[in-house]
Amino acid sequence: MTAQGFLQISLYIVTLLLLAKPLGTYMAKVYQDNSEGSAHWLASIENLLYRLSGINADQEMRWGQYALALLAFNLMGFFVVYGLQRFQDVLPLNPQALPAISPDSSFNTAVSFITNTNWQGYSGEATLSYLTQMLGLTVQNFVSAASGMAVLVALIRGFVRRNSNSLGNFWVDMTRSTLYILLPLSLLLSFVLVGQGVVQTFKPYQTVKLQESISYSIPKLDDAGKTILDDEGKPFVENLQTNEQTLALGPAASQIAIKQLGTNGGGFFNVNSAHPFENPTPLSNFLEMLAILLIPAAFCFTFGLMVGDTRQGWVILGAMTLVLVTLIFVTVPAEQNGNPVLTTLGIDQTASTQQAGGNMEGKETRFGIVNSALWAVVTTAASNGSVNSMHDSYTPIGGMVPMWLMQLGEVIFGGVGSGLYGMIVFAIVAVFIAGLMIGRTPEYLGKKIEAYEMKMAAIIILIPPLMVLGGTAISLTLAVGKASIFNPGAHGFSEVLYAWSSAGNNNGSAFGGLSANVPYYNFMLGLAMLFSRYWLMVPVLAIAGSLAAKKKVPTGLGTLPTHTPLFALLLIITVLMVGALTFIPALALGPIIEHLQMLGQH
Amino acid sequence: MTTYLKPALILLLLLTLVTGVIYPALVTVFAQTLFNFQANGSLLKNPQGQLIGSELIGQSFSDPHYFWGRPSATGPYPYNAAASSGSNLGPTNPALSAAISARIQALKTVDPDNKLPIPVDLITASGSGLDPHISLAAAEYQINRVAKMRKLDEEILRELVDAYTEDRQWFVFGEPRINVLKLNIALDQQAVNSK
Repeated sequence: MTAQGFLQISLYIVTLLLLAKPLGTYMAKVYQDNSEGSAHWLASIENLLYRLSGINADQEMRWGQYALALLAFNLMGFFVVYGLQRFQDVLPLNPQALPAISPDSSFNTAVSFITNTNWQGYSGEATLSYLTQMLGLTVQNFVSAASGMAVLVALIRGFVRRNSNSLGNFWVDMTRSTLYILLPLSLLLSFVLVGQGVVQTFKPYQTVKLQESISYSIPKLDDAGKTILDDEGKPFVENLQTNEQTLALGPAASQIAIKQLGTNGGGFFNVNSAHPFENPTPLSNFLEMLAILLIPAAFCFTFGLMVGDTRQGWVILGAMTLVLVTLIFVTVPAEQNGNPVLTTLGIDQTASTQQAGGNMEGKETRFGIVNSALWAVVTTAASNGSVNSMHDSYTPIGGMVPMWLMQLGEVIFGGVGSGLYGMIVFAIVAVFIAGLMIGRTPEYLGKKIEAYEMKMAAIIILIPPLMVLGGTAISLTLAVGKASIFNPGAHGFSEVLYAWSSAGNNNGSAFGGLSANVPYYNFMLGLAMLFSRYWLMVPVLAIAGSLAAKKKVPTGLGTLPTHTPLFALLLIITVLMVGALTFIPALALGPIIEHLQMLGQH
Repeated sequence: MTTYLKPALILLLLLTLVTGVIYPALVTVFAQTLFNFQANGSLLKNPQGQLIGSELIGQSFSDPHYFWGRPSATGPYPYNAAASSGSNLGPTNPALSAAISARIQALKTVDPDNKLPIPVDLITASGSGLDPHISLAAAEYQINRVAKMRKLDEEILRELVDAYTEDRQWFVFGEPRINVLKLNIALDQQAVNSK
């Protein structure tokens, strides 16, 4: 790897870690202040929202009530996003006169956005009206992220409270996450992005004159929309010429800012942050990439502050960072080494002062190899799923790392809120395993870990692999599942495995060659997203409720300290063990075979 | 359940107003006032005032008089800015090596004497299909050809290319690159001026 590349990666990690503490401190304040006497700068708006909604902000909720409020809120979100898509043709702010979206695609996108997955079955600029993007997607980018944040805060309260039967108020936690954390950060980021060249307008798409006209041909269609074939069975083609280019525009900056900050990832345009209007410069790229991990990193510090021991937060952040950095230094060199197939064709793939070199298929010149591969790791470590390069065209190893990061359960930073609550569940498992091995009482942050918590933790850890492996297996046995595969051979298997890893862990990135916008995948992946979001959130809240009811056990000789580097290591091993044992056989059939084939052929 | 559904719906609608209407409107007002050029797509005009592209979005060039940009995988024609797309071809897909061989052939046909190694970005499709840039190596590879076709001195052309070379942003971020559309517009402009 080049020195310049090393510098850019280091700068990224250092900036991220430096921002974790100030933002984490601020966030802890947001969640700990009582509504009365609160000095929040938007307090009057916040209170107005509660009053109009008939919500008593001081009412404490048991875990079941908290879960019901969350589910009810997300259910409403589903109906709104679904409805907006189904009726966008008759609704305003649709300058391109785009038609209504099919029921299966609308279902998939609505589920995708309420579950904070933001899998893009649709192609933004070709299917969604400005209104759908704003009222449907942008709003869910905020509130689905805020829902995850609320669940994390409830879990933290479970550790903090003693002999209590309540976890706080879902409406308050969710509203505050939106108003005080996501909204100001999004405003700030969207302002900077616009300055860099991200579009923000309600004007229709702009047509411009080309410097050189383009001749092209398309197959002729009959009235039923089928290709007309000649006597030899070849399609008739129509030869056409164009001297115009239509530039897709829209209110993009406001959506892109929150799509990054809320670990959502659903792009305004089809190719997401590879699009020059979505991510125009290396600086916009750096900031969008920083926004992906910013809140998940800061939450570690918030967690430490709220449980009264910041070392607990640093240990988790340290464990996450160690795994992240290691995997960055697997993916970047894999992409920098390039594709041996191209070397045999006499193509120059060496990095120099004149070019980035490496595997540039599906990558943008302004980002080169380092910023593309770094983004790929960061976006799959977090459950963001936005892309600035096409993962399907990555080298086998370069593409395997993002896939595996999702399969680890989205706990290496993970989604806002959801990443840390997932990691805390792994910490619970880690203290339990350590307790078994060395005969110590399993306890974490002063709370005894007993059979009930372990059962819930097991559910949380096992649901995503069940979705991923089960879904992949089913898809590959069905003709309809295999019909969508684009690339042949082992890579085609990887496309399906990647799609299920993404949906089954609420990430949302894709090996884009797979034609996923078909009824089968729209429906099946939609179900996977629902299960892996809510069947994890509800048991997490159950753990929180059970912990809150317990008394605090004093630290004794038998307590395993959880603020040490040793515990960080134990945590990493637990995460990697589960991830490796579950997925290595499947990965061997896809990226690993393809890697060997690629080396063997050339 | 209605105890939850009613506040859920009202709160959602209110937050829709805040994050789906007020927030994007605020950003739009800010953008249109302070960054009017960027917010509307960084559009380029010719001296006659006609819109001829965006400085952020590439265009397709296949005439040997022009510098060529990255291959584009958008459909039904390259650089379709209303339907961005990458090729999504996997590294071992035979279709990838076939596409690349065809692109090598196209480059060799218009410039048979060129012995320089072909830079990778010149024969691989970009992620967006709209990439406006090429690497310095990809420009250098084409300088001799464009100079010959336009009967320009190679050194003068190299100076023009240098003038359109963008360094890493703040000397750190991203990769050095050349905006193909702006370079080609400048080439045409120079031809008009020298007549």
